[in-house]
Amino acid sequence: MTIKVLYFASVRERVGKPDEEIEPPAGIATVGQLMTWLAGRGEQYAYAFENAKVIRVAIDRKHVHPDARIEGAGEIAFFPPMTGG
Amino acid sequence: MATTIRLQREPFDITAEVAKLSGARTDVGAVVTFTGICRADEKGAPIAALTLEHYPGMAEAEIARHVEEARARWPLLGVTVIHRYGRLKPGEVIVLVATASSHREAAFAAAEFLMDYLKTRAPFWKQVEIAGGKTWVDAKAADDEAAERWSAPPPRSDAAK
Repeated sequence: MTIKVLYFASVRERVGKPDEEIEPPAGIATVGQLMTWLAGRGEQYAYAFENAKVIRVAIDRKHVHPDARIEGAGEIAFFPPMTGG
Repeated sequence: MATTIRLQREPFDITAEVAKLSGARTDVGAVVTFTGICRADEKGAPIAALTLEHYPGMAEAEIARHVEEARARWPLLGVTVIHRYGRLKPGEVIVLVATASSHREAAFAAAEFLMDYLKTRAPFWKQVEIAGGKTWVDAKAADDEAAERWSAPPPRSDAAK
């Protein structure tokens, strides 16, 4: 399954790119598992996801919890807590 | 209800935006506006500018969801939310939230509700330029607490009976 992922703000800076296509292995079912898998992809990813508890996730532009399932997702975004307004 | 949601790099005319809310109609009795402005300091350190990053598509959608929720909670006659992105200098306007209603209570409450959610749920991130370097602004627990108070169901008007 190919998924488009987006990174914003400090997560984008740490990963070193704004977006990419990924192909997680079949056993990855939830957002939380996906973050653990991403963290294992290299030093930059490990740094970006070192504090996965505070990373926020959106699937198809809606906020989701770490236990949300990724099946059928068109676009998954990872970012730090928001500071707009 | 007249709804305006805009994200833009350019400055905008607050007076003109607010005037549109009452415009030709005569049932608007109250317009509340909140203007967020770029300060010249972050935690006491002087800043040269701030840069706002956002998630295009989601930012608009998230604001629209909260405008809908505000409409469901209060009798609103108009809502305007304009949020800028890109590099802003101290003194520049970052955000405008304006709400119109027949009476002030709904307009005040809805404006505060929208700002609290904008701060904690809309995908924007501030980076400040301090002493030659760039630093991401930390999210504040106080902002989460401010948004949290709206999650309890609003008191029913007949609760006292």
